[in-house]
Amino acid sequence: MSVHTPHPDLPPPLSSVGFIGWCRSNLFSTPMHTALSLFAMYLIYLTVPPIISWVFLDATWVGDTREACASSTGACWVFVKVRINQFMYGFFPETEYWRINLAFGLLIVLGIPLFLKRFQHKGKLAAFILIFYPIITFQLFSGGNFGLTHVETSKWGGLSLTLILAGVGIVASLPLGIVLALGRRSKMPIVKSVCVVFIEFWRGVPLITVLFMSSVMLPLFLPEGTNFDKLLRAMIGIALFQSAYMAEVVRGGLAAIPKGQYEAAEALGLSFWKSMGLIILPQALKLVIPGIVNTFIALFKDTTLVLIIGLFDLLAIIQQAFADPDWLGYSIEGYVFAASIFWIFCFSMSRYSMSLEKKLHTGHVR
Amino acid sequence: MSETDNTSSQSQASGDVTIQMRGVHKWYGQFHVLKDINLEVTRGERIVICGPSGSGKSTMIRCINRLEEHQKGQIIVDGTELTDDVKHIDQVRKEVGMVFQHFNLFPHLTVLENCCLAPIWVRKMPRKEAEAAAMLYLEKVKIPEQAKKYPGQLSGGQQQRVAIARSLCMNPNVMLFDEPTSALDPEMIKEVLDTMIELAESGMTMLCVTHEMGFAKTVADRVIFMDGGEIIEENEPHEFFNNPQSDRTQLFLSQILQH
Repeated sequence: MSVHTPHPDLPPPLSSVGFIGWCRSNLFSTPMHTALSLFAMYLIYLTVPPIISWVFLDATWVGDTREACASSTGACWVFVKVRINQFMYGFFPETEYWRINLAFGLLIVLGIPLFLKRFQHKGKLAAFILIFYPIITFQLFSGGNFGLTHVETSKWGGLSLTLILAGVGIVASLPLGIVLALGRRSKMPIVKSVCVVFIEFWRGVPLITVLFMSSVMLPLFLPEGTNFDKLLRAMIGIALFQSAYMAEVVRGGLAAIPKGQYEAAEALGLSFWKSMGLIILPQALKLVIPGIVNTFIALFKDTTLVLIIGLFDLLAIIQQAFADPDWLGYSIEGYVFAASIFWIFCFSMSRYSMSLEKKLHTGHVR
Repeated sequence: MSETDNTSSQSQASGDVTIQMRGVHKWYGQFHVLKDINLEVTRGERIVICGPSGSGKSTMIRCINRLEEHQKGQIIVDGTELTDDVKHIDQVRKEVGMVFQHFNLFPHLTVLENCCLAPIWVRKMPRKEAEAAAMLYLEKVKIPEQAKKYPGQLSGGQQQRVAIARSLCMNPNVMLFDEPTSALDPEMIKEVLDTMIELAESGMTMLCVTHEMGFAKTVADRVIFMDGGEIIEENEPHEFFNNPQSDRTQLFLSQILQH
C-alpha cells in the first residue's frame, strides 16, 4: 500500500507581496489602471493642498473681532470661536450651561461601562440609561423642580437640541420599528393591516410636511386652549416618521432568517415572544445593522429640518449667526463647521456599527 | 445507561399509547397531502417512516408537534389533543423533541447555549442546572469539547449531533427525526446514525423519516411505508423488507435497495 504525502505549502513570489506588490497589483496593473491612477493623483494634488492651507495653515484662530481676520486669506475661525456657546447651547441662559454639560457628561460616564468587556451588568445599565436617563435629562434641561429655574423649550437650541432630537428619534424609532415590522408579518389581519397602513402612510409623506403639519396644522384641530409643546410635537413627528423606515429595514432582516429557525424555536416549545426575543430578532437585527445605522444617520441629519418650524438646531443657529452685522460674509466657515460636526457624529455611528458587526459575527446561518 | 434501560423495558411492558392519530387529513390549499392517517405509537416504540419524496411523510410527523396543522381528524399526544388551543400545543411541544434535516441550530448562540435555551426559558430550569444537564447530553452525543464553539464552526455531522442533544435537553418523551442524515456527507452519516441507535437502545420513543434502510433494519420495531399521502403498508422490519405486501412497496424497495 502506498502512503499519500500532501504537497508542502510554498511561499508566494516576492513581487506579489509587500508595498511594491500592493502598488503593482492595485495601482499599475494595466496601462488603463496606470493612467487612471496618475489622473487621480493629479486631482488630489489640485484639490487637497489648497483646502488644507485654507482650513489650517492660512486660517485665523486667535482674536475676538472680525478685524483679526482682515489680513488673512484663509478661514476665519474667530467667527465660530466667538459664537461657540450659542452653537452648542442655543439660547439657554448662560448661567445654566452647566445643566446641559452635566446631562451629556452623565451620558458619557454611564455609557463607558457598556463598552468595557469586563463589565458584568450591561443589560441592567442599559435599561437604567433607557428608562431613567431621559427623565434626568429632561429635568436638567427643563428645570422647574429641585430649585432649578424653568427654561422653556423655545430657548433650547444648537448642538444640544440636535442631539436631543436625534437621541429621542433613535431611541423611540427602533423599538417602534421592530413592533411595526413584527405586526406587518403577523397572521392576524387587523394587526397586519394597521401596521401596513401606518408604515405606508408615514413613508409616503415628506418629513417637512410632517413637521409642518405638527406645528401649524395640529393646533387648529385641537380644542382651544390646549397647549402642546412644539418641540414635543416635532419629536413625536420625527419618531413616527423614522419608525416607518425602521420597520421596513427590520422586516428585511426578519425575512432573511430561514424558516428552519422559526420551526426549531417552535419545536422546542418557545412562545412567540420568546422565540422572537431570543432567536429571531438577535439574528435579524444583526443582519440589518448597516440598514439600521443608515436610518439613524439619515435621522440625525434630518433633524436639521426642524428649522422650518422655528426650532434652532445646530444648522439653524449657525445660519442665524450669519445675519449678525458684525460678522457678515463668514457663512463658509459656519457651514464648514456645521458639516464637520455632523460628519464627526455620523462617521462615529458608522464606525461603531462596523465594530458591532464584527463583534457579533459568529458564523453563517445554515 | 443500565438505569434507563430498566425504565424503558418497564414502560414498554405497560404498552401505553403515546401518540394517536385518528383519521387525520391535511390539505395544502387544494392539494390533499395527508389522507386518512391512522397511527398508534406505544411508549418506547421505534418507528421508521419511508416513502418517495412528496408522499407526506415529513408532513405527517410535523403534524405531531403542530409545525403543520391538520384540518380533519384527531391527534392525541400523551393524552393532550392538538387543537387551536395554544396551551395544548405548548404542552405537546414540551414533550416532543424534533431533529431537522438542516439541523436548524441557532447560529448566534454557542453549542451550550443552544442546548440550555429551552430548558431555561420553557422549563424554567436554573441556568447552572441546565448547563450541567446540557453537558451530560453533549457527552452522550460525544462532543462535550465543542460546547463553547458556535454551530458555524462545526461539521455537519457534529451539528446534527448537537441538534439531537438540544432536543434531549428538554427531556422529551418522544423524538421526531425528519430526514436527519439527508443533508450530510457520507462520511458523517455514520456518526449521526450511531447516536440515533444509542438513543433507540436507551428506550426513547422515536419516529424517524429516513432513507437509511440499514438503520430501519437494525433499530425499528415497525416500518411504515407512505405514498400519495396514505400509509400503504406497515410491518415489522424483517417482514417489511423480505415480504412486502403491496406492489407499490415492492417497487419502492426494489428501487432503493438495488444499488
